[in-house]
Amino acid sequence: MRHLMSPLDFSVEELDRLLNLASDIEANPEKYAHVCAGKKLATLFYEPSTRTRLSFEAAMLNLGGSVLGFSSADSSSASKGESVSDTIRVISCYADICAMRHPKEGAPLVASMKSSIPVINAGDGGHQHPTQTLTDLMTIRSLKGRLNNFTIGLCGDLKFGRTVHSLIQALIRYPNINFVLISPEELRIPDNIRDDVLRRNNQNFKEVVRLEDAMPELDLLYMTRVQKERFFNEEDYVRMKDFYILDKEKLKLARPDMQILHPLPRVNEISVEVDDDPRAAYFKQVQYGVYVRMALILTLLEVEVC
Amino acid sequence: MLNVGQLNEGVVLDHIEAGKSMSIYKYLKLDRMDCCVAIIKNAHSNKMGKKDIIKVECPIDQLDLNVLGFIDHRITVNIIQDGTIVAKKELNLPKKLVNIIHCKNPRCITSTEQELDQVFFLADEEKEIYRCQYCEEKYRSSRKKN
Repeated sequence: MRHLMSPLDFSVEELDRLLNLASDIEANPEKYAHVCAGKKLATLFYEPSTRTRLSFEAAMLNLGGSVLGFSSADSSSASKGESVSDTIRVISCYADICAMRHPKEGAPLVASMKSSIPVINAGDGGHQHPTQTLTDLMTIRSLKGRLNNFTIGLCGDLKFGRTVHSLIQALIRYPNINFVLISPEELRIPDNIRDDVLRRNNQNFKEVVRLEDAMPELDLLYMTRVQKERFFNEEDYVRMKDFYILDKEKLKLARPDMQILHPLPRVNEISVEVDDDPRAAYFKQVQYGVYVRMALILTLLEVEVC
Repeated sequence: MLNVGQLNEGVVLDHIEAGKSMSIYKYLKLDRMDCCVAIIKNAHSNKMGKKDIIKVECPIDQLDLNVLGFIDHRITVNIIQDGTIVAKKELNLPKKLVNIIHCKNPRCITSTEQELDQVFFLADEEKEIYRCQYCEEKYRSSRKKN
């Protein structure tokens, strides 16, 4: 039995198989419509989440399975003091697979150690969010046709943005990728990613402050939100939140085939006027998230579809 | 110099930094073992000036000596059998530490579920960095280097 705790749990070959499966699901959804009939997914969400939880639930329903679960710690036995280990032992009796989001880092790992069903980490604090990374990889591969030989700009809050850290760690396993790290001085990529991941693996990268300077060379632009909850000081947040606003004017500097990604939710870092631009891929990204979660559920449940 | 009787079977930990013997006594969980232990504090040392020594009379397989590599790899570990030194154990950084150090990340699951083992893995041997198994919080070894 396998679990998914980090995007690096899968080898490049395993990821290829997973993404191929997700692409086949996209092309032939009817083939997969009933393959999980009789199977149940438990969504154990100890903190609020709209997209991730609904994406998991949509994925299981698309496969013909059922879902059960809770969407906040208040409505679970955690409010009575039950440990994660006890909860997962109980849930293992009710469901065939579970997706867990928890504010405490490492909680899904604890669950996986006591579980008799596959556990998917659906986000643990600021630590990991592997299914977002799988979604990002699927989106890039689908839109660019490859996971190598491109220049990607990562823009915004590179200090606290766990999606950016995970995506960099996943992408360095593919050849010839150039990273352009676009952030204000205060929100630069942390040392452990710059030194232990990028430099140690001899990756091509540069750090810039102005989005306009980087735009012409990018094949992909991954925008992120400046997260209010990460700031201790409201004044700092207000100063940073509008540092980058992608609008039609800035997009004039971009290549005609550049793709714009965003893990969502956005606040105002991408102007709504950009939504209609053919390069805006962030809502397609949401759809790819469902396909890749369907593929993940099938892979972890070891469901073979002929 | 104070004389302590010879061991028949066990270990002699020599060249312990003066004053550190009690913490090593706890790391090795000797307080929970029913065996004969002699702790010598502030013994004269030509090399170190002052040093501590611990002598433990017990079957060698009852002690987890790997943790000493994390605490101070300069400690000399003499393995005693039949009253004589039969081996000197080389100390390296252990690959895994269980309940030796604690995660200080307030967002780590171990901060609320305190019955969990505190498990750290050696992430970078050169820089002597351990990471929490659960949240990957960094812990840098503070042992002294040669």
